Amino acid sequence: MKKDIILSGVGGQGILSIATVIGKAALKKGLYMKQAEVHGMSQRGGDVQSNLRISDKPIASDLIATGKCDLIISLEPMESLRYLPYLNKEGWLVTNSTPFINIDNYPSEEDLKKELDKVPHKVVINVDDIAKEAGSARVANIVLLGATIPFLGIDYETMRQSVREIFERKGEAIVEMNLKALAAGKEIADKHLQ
Amino acid sequence: MSKKLLLGDEAIAQAALDAGLSGVYAYPGTPSTEITEYIQGAPITAEKNIHSRWCTNEKTAMEAALGMSFVGKRALVCMKHVGMNVAADCFVNSAMTGANGGIIVVAADDPSMHSSQNEQDSRFYGDFAMIPFFEPSNQQEAYDMVYQGFEFSEKIGEPILLRIVTRLAHSRSGVEGKAQKPQNEISFSKDPRQFVLLPAIARQHNRELIAKENEFLKASEESPFNKYIDGPNKKMGIIACGIGFNYLMESYPEGCEYPVLKIGQYPLPKKQLAKLVEECESILVIEDGQPFVEKQLKGYLALGITVKGRLDGTLPRDGELNPDSVARAVGRENKQEFPASPIVEVRPPALCQGCGHRDMYTVLTETLKAEYPLHKVFSDIGCYTLGAGAPFYAINSCVDMGASITMPKGAADGGFFPAVAVIGDSTFTHSGMTGLLDCVNSNANVTIIISDNETTAMTGGQDSAGTGKIEAICAGIGVDKAHIRVVVPLKKNYEEMAQILREEIEYKGVSVIIPRRDCIQTLARKKKQQAKS
Ligand SMILES: Cc1ncc(C[n+]2csc(CCOP(=O)(O)OP(=O)(O)O)c2C)c(N)n1
Repeated sequence: MKKDIILSGVGGQGILSIATVIGKAALKKGLYMKQAEVHGMSQRGGDVQSNLRISDKPIASDLIATGKCDLIISLEPMESLRYLPYLNKEGWLVTNSTPFINIDNYPSEEDLKKELDKVPHKVVINVDDIAKEAGSARVANIVLLGATIPFLGIDYETMRQSVREIFERKGEAIVEMNLKALAAGKEIADKHLQ
Repeated sequence: MSKKLLLGDEAIAQAALDAGLSGVYAYPGTPSTEITEYIQGAPITAEKNIHSRWCTNEKTAMEAALGMSFVGKRALVCMKHVGMNVAADCFVNSAMTGANGGIIVVAADDPSMHSSQNEQDSRFYGDFAMIPFFEPSNQQEAYDMVYQGFEFSEKIGEPILLRIVTRLAHSRSGVEGKAQKPQNEISFSKDPRQFVLLPAIARQHNRELIAKENEFLKASEESPFNKYIDGPNKKMGIIACGIGFNYLMESYPEGCEYPVLKIGQYPLPKKQLAKLVEECESILVIEDGQPFVEKQLKGYLALGITVKGRLDGTLPRDGELNPDSVARAVGRENKQEFPASPIVEVRPPALCQGCGHRDMYTVLTETLKAEYPLHKVFSDIGCYTLGAGAPFYAINSCVDMGASITMPKGAADGGFFPAVAVIGDSTFTHSGMTGLLDCVNSNANVTIIISDNETTAMTGGQDSAGTGKIEAICAGIGVDKAHIRVVVPLKKNYEEMAQILREEIEYKGVSVIIPRRDCIQTLARKKKQQAKS
């Protein structure tokens, strides 16, 4: 088992919270893992990414090579496209559809759609809307995470367990809301696959 | 013991704590900051009274650590690579005095300049100071090097340098810890003049240090961090330093066909190097940062064995290594399946909405453009450097911490007007204060804006050494109190801010304007913490 994952978004969107849940689940499964994070300058409204590698064998590089990424998880559609050269032929792209526009030359909605349409294996969802349905806009990241479950190589139950442990100290209501978000995301991906 | 998922920085911190650390001395700087933050947050730090408060700059940090070593205790010094330039005076001389208690200096290099002004390679500093230095390839090695490093430093009687890079510092993986050691008791050097570098003593120390070279070399040759891994294809031998080794192994999951010498401890192990050169037809050097090893092996005239690496274009001359550049260098290029999307635009970082620096720059740029079209703004390093970009395009320089005060002085000395400085509060106390004294002593015609957000924001909101003291410092240095002006950078005060700016630019001497408002990020974090407790 080997999954090379690129997480992307805009500084402040919270891609690392997604990485934390996957990381915890990977450890539960006794898998090796490496996660290269971005800190510092690029946190302020710039593009951010993190390379997350999990495997049942020891991992050499902290960074994922061109054409070897199995899964791009992005909180922002243009940012998801930034890492296409890393995606392998069978790789999946799971992204939020809502643009984060803080630059003047942000591409048009039409161009974004055209470019995303070129990717054969993808799930594009408006996580903010679904998060609100699940109870709060704050669980948007977990909705997105839920939509990656069919491609993660880690079973749903372990992911649920990981979510539970990470949010436990915030109380049962928060745990439930996040589990609901996870389920909602998963459901969309499952439907998409059918 | 169980494995913990740690950043490289955290692994270093945990190792130091486990090894009986008595104090960490540091000034924040990406990618080194998390080492000190981890120690500050560890329960044992409070329990065992381990020093962990931020220092004013890297030089004060290095010196305090040497003082702790003087009394026999173990000290860790952490900084980003450019911090080594600031600490260099003490760092290089600490090799001359030698250490009593163990000292480990961590220099976090930033090849590719993710958040830095240059990509200087700290291994040159280790070589320059003539001390052993280490370069981990993963988080576990970083832990082990630090855990054993204090003892090693005490054994050889010298500080040691740990050189890491961004990808190690800011990458997480499983790390296994070792048993907790107690702190050292206070003890002194047998030689009462060990730390007195008068020329006669220093000459003797210098010879002693040179005489230790063989000991250092032997340690490298016997080090578990230097490994010779044989391979059947002798057409090429590969020297892989630090994380360069990982990228090589990424290209050879089944094991490398060429003999590989993995380097983690310097000086370079001569025995293993000689073997590699003897057995192989050519050498490829894979090292992250500058061609430090490659240059030494190649020699200026490149007359010996063929050495490939960054200097001959086998690997890129600048920028960090990655699995792709290394794969290309060994002829195993990775294949791209999807083309880069043409619609993806760069998304540069920017000042936060609501940040006080924004209000300061709004007034500054509007006033200067309209009334002083010939102005120049000398700035410095911090969040406010982002004033270089849209929508302000406000600054004309950003060089090294403190230069925003002394560069306009030089410009004013040369007859230029109006010379304006923009500096942050932490940068001001780091290296601006001495420059301000120069300004005062020659009554330079400069207008200095200390944009005070009461934190070290760029690196994540650490305490700033001058908080609550900035006016007193300026007055103490000799700035006329009538020309130390404090304002609150908010829209409703724009007119007042502009008026103060005009008055102080027109004043023929040193003036300091302090726009002061909390960093919104640090404030939000503080409020969150307060709500928690
Ligand atoms: C010699 C050196 N040490 C550390 C750094 C890292 N560094 C860059 S900006 C900065 C903080 C600046 O804080 P401040 O001047 O208060 O400005 P703010 O970011 O809060 O606006 C630090 C520590 C550096 N670039 N150079």
